[in-house]
Amino acid sequence: MGELHTGFFGSVDEVVERLAKAGYLASQAVATTVFLADRLGKPLLVEGPAGVGKTELAKAVAAVADARLVRLQCYEGIDESRALYEWNHAKQLLRITAGRDGGWDAARTDVFGEEFLLPRPLLTAIRNDGPTVLLVDETDKADLEVEALLLEVLGDFQVTVPELGTIRAARRPFVLLTSNATRELSEALRRRCLFLHLGFPDAELEERIVRLRVPGLDAALAASLVRVVNALRAMDLRKAPSVAETVDWARTLLALGADRLDEEVVRTSLGVVLKHQEDIVRAAEKLTPA
Amino acid sequence: MTGATGTNDPAARLTGLVRALRGHGIPIGPAETVDAAAVAGALGFADRERLREGLAAAVLRSSTQRTVFDPVFDLFFPLGVGRPEAAREQAAAPDVEELRARLAEALASGDRTALARLAGEAVDALGRYGSAPGSDGFSAHQALGRLQPETLLARVLAGLGRDSAGTGSAGAAFTDRLEADEVRRRIREFRARVGTEARRRVAELRGTERIAARAVAPTVDQLDFLTAGREQLAELRRAVQPLARKLATRLAARRRRAARGQLDLRRTLRRSLSTGGVPLRPAYRQRRPGKPDLVLLCDVSGSVAGFSDFTVLLVRAISEQFGRVRVFAFVNRTAEVTHLLTGPSAAPAGAARRILTEAKVAGYHGSSDYGAALRQFADEHLTAVGPRTAVLVLGDARTNGFDPDTDALRRIAAAARRVHWLNPEPPSQWGSGDSAALAYAQVVPMHPCRNARRLTALASRLLPV
Repeated sequence: MGELHTGFFGSVDEVVERLAKAGYLASQAVATTVFLADRLGKPLLVEGPAGVGKTELAKAVAAVADARLVRLQCYEGIDESRALYEWNHAKQLLRITAGRDGGWDAARTDVFGEEFLLPRPLLTAIRNDGPTVLLVDETDKADLEVEALLLEVLGDFQVTVPELGTIRAARRPFVLLTSNATRELSEALRRRCLFLHLGFPDAELEERIVRLRVPGLDAALAASLVRVVNALRAMDLRKAPSVAETVDWARTLLALGADRLDEEVVRTSLGVVLKHQEDIVRAAEKLTPA
Repeated sequence: MTGATGTNDPAARLTGLVRALRGHGIPIGPAETVDAAAVAGALGFADRERLREGLAAAVLRSSTQRTVFDPVFDLFFPLGVGRPEAAREQAAAPDVEELRARLAEALASGDRTALARLAGEAVDALGRYGSAPGSDGFSAHQALGRLQPETLLARVLAGLGRDSAGTGSAGAAFTDRLEADEVRRRIREFRARVGTEARRRVAELRGTERIAARAVAPTVDQLDFLTAGREQLAELRRAVQPLARKLATRLAARRRRAARGQLDLRRTLRRSLSTGGVPLRPAYRQRRPGKPDLVLLCDVSGSVAGFSDFTVLLVRAISEQFGRVRVFAFVNRTAEVTHLLTGPSAAPAGAARRILTEAKVAGYHGSSDYGAALRQFADEHLTAVGPRTAVLVLGDARTNGFDPDTDALRRIAAAARRVHWLNPEPPSQWGSGDSAALAYAQVVPMHPCRNARRLTALASRLLPV
């Protein structure tokens, strides 16, 4: 077993500073939990609405730590052979056919060797010698069985391949799991992780994010943009606009050449931030009363 | 210094915090406590907000628990001890007018640190009550009552209006419309801060553990339906979507398991022909995936509005799981409201209001009459109920003195596969006054259902698969 922690960061302030250099502005909560996940060597479960930067966070950590980013994108029906490892059956068959005369014993030891193993993300992350960030994206989309698979990786940082034995992490990866909370994750999984709820940032932080992402945007316009987005979030909408949508909107305004936010501009570009017709109608009524 | 905050032993504080959180129904195991200690070790106690986030990451498992965690944390790791710094600096206590003026200024600029400082000063200057030791304390209610931050709204807006009139651009005029809402949000935040501050001061007098056990609001899913305020109900509504999704997954998993049928010997043998008679792939007898029917019959009168509103939303959200869900609402007349709740255009908010205004659920008077409603349902809508239908009746069974008509319920129960009654009142109140709960409970099983947590648990147990 390698180090108990990944050792990417020295302090919380360092996390803020280095992530900012990689283009990720971290809130106090984000920076603290990233630091703790790094220091305590525990996986970090990030839950929150879509588009607030959960996946971006993993990318940014990988970038600043100069680590390899291994991504496991979960989906309904993902299984062991997609998440962990798989035997290369075709190659095994070829080997068997090629070495007909070798006898059973030779063939058996041969075809279950390293050469025929296809590592999938989890095994890849465990076996990687260098610094690694393992991103398990949209964990809530995977079935319960896959969670059980994850437990061994998250708890002990090891993978068991029956034919080869247990493979332990030479160096502990920084593990980040994301979830949109569409399904309740199992208690066992949650217990192995630190938990971070990544919600919408406060106005000041969001303004900085917008200006970092859309450098050409006028400061006053960015400020009023964030104000309008916050007002939209306070409305009871089906899908509240996320940071990603704020940034999209900022880009749209820039492309439209709008230098300030007035009724006309809001009314025509509301579709960029709101994704349901009924939300658009409601917001338009509230923001731009006739 | 009296009370538990006086102790400076970090381990005692951590365990005290964990105990208090457990007391509020947040399950925290010893492993998490150890994690919390590791977190405190890694972060130190110097930066309070970092410690807050770190401990939350270690002990919490969902974002709804934050509403309990934050106030409890504020109690065990208070911002300061005794009178706030700002109040100590001044020779004379500030009077109400001066505080109001400074509050208006801070609200206009949205200055968070100033608001926090003002909350401390307000509690110190306006919130103290009692004179004898033991009976005195601090009251957020009293401080806010004297300060009346809501009445500042107009003054704040007027001040801002003068400023933006100076710039005079149309763009500013547009975002100005948001100003009132923003200031209102800030006022709400300020109120919460005053509450926190008052709790902290009281905790110093009375002991942290006692205050942590009593004065912290419960998590959303433990809010009592009948006593929840308007704002709390709005919060409940927001919680409905995730709750419903959780419930839907649980039901789907149950259905998947139930669908795994028995071994089909004939088809297994036929399949085995292709593998030389070795039954490599067993075939199972598939059951027809029939979706069960659900009929909901709910009281939407004012007394149980929060309860029925919430339940209807929950059912609407899981209705994709069911082939046919039909919802009937009643006060003293029964009407089908399914069309008001389903379909893409039905917004979850205000469902209850729409039912009351658009459906004929009340006759010439506005109080609920279970007997009449049940009778009307049994007479006119019994075709909705078949031998595969589960019926849920929602209401407090308070008949306002009218005939409960248990026979009507009996007729419904005879037609349905199962009937369950969910009652937001605790069993101790059943049968008291005008409640016909006990009479109905003899006809169909009745379950007490006071909060969202209980409702979710009941729903996953009672809903047919």
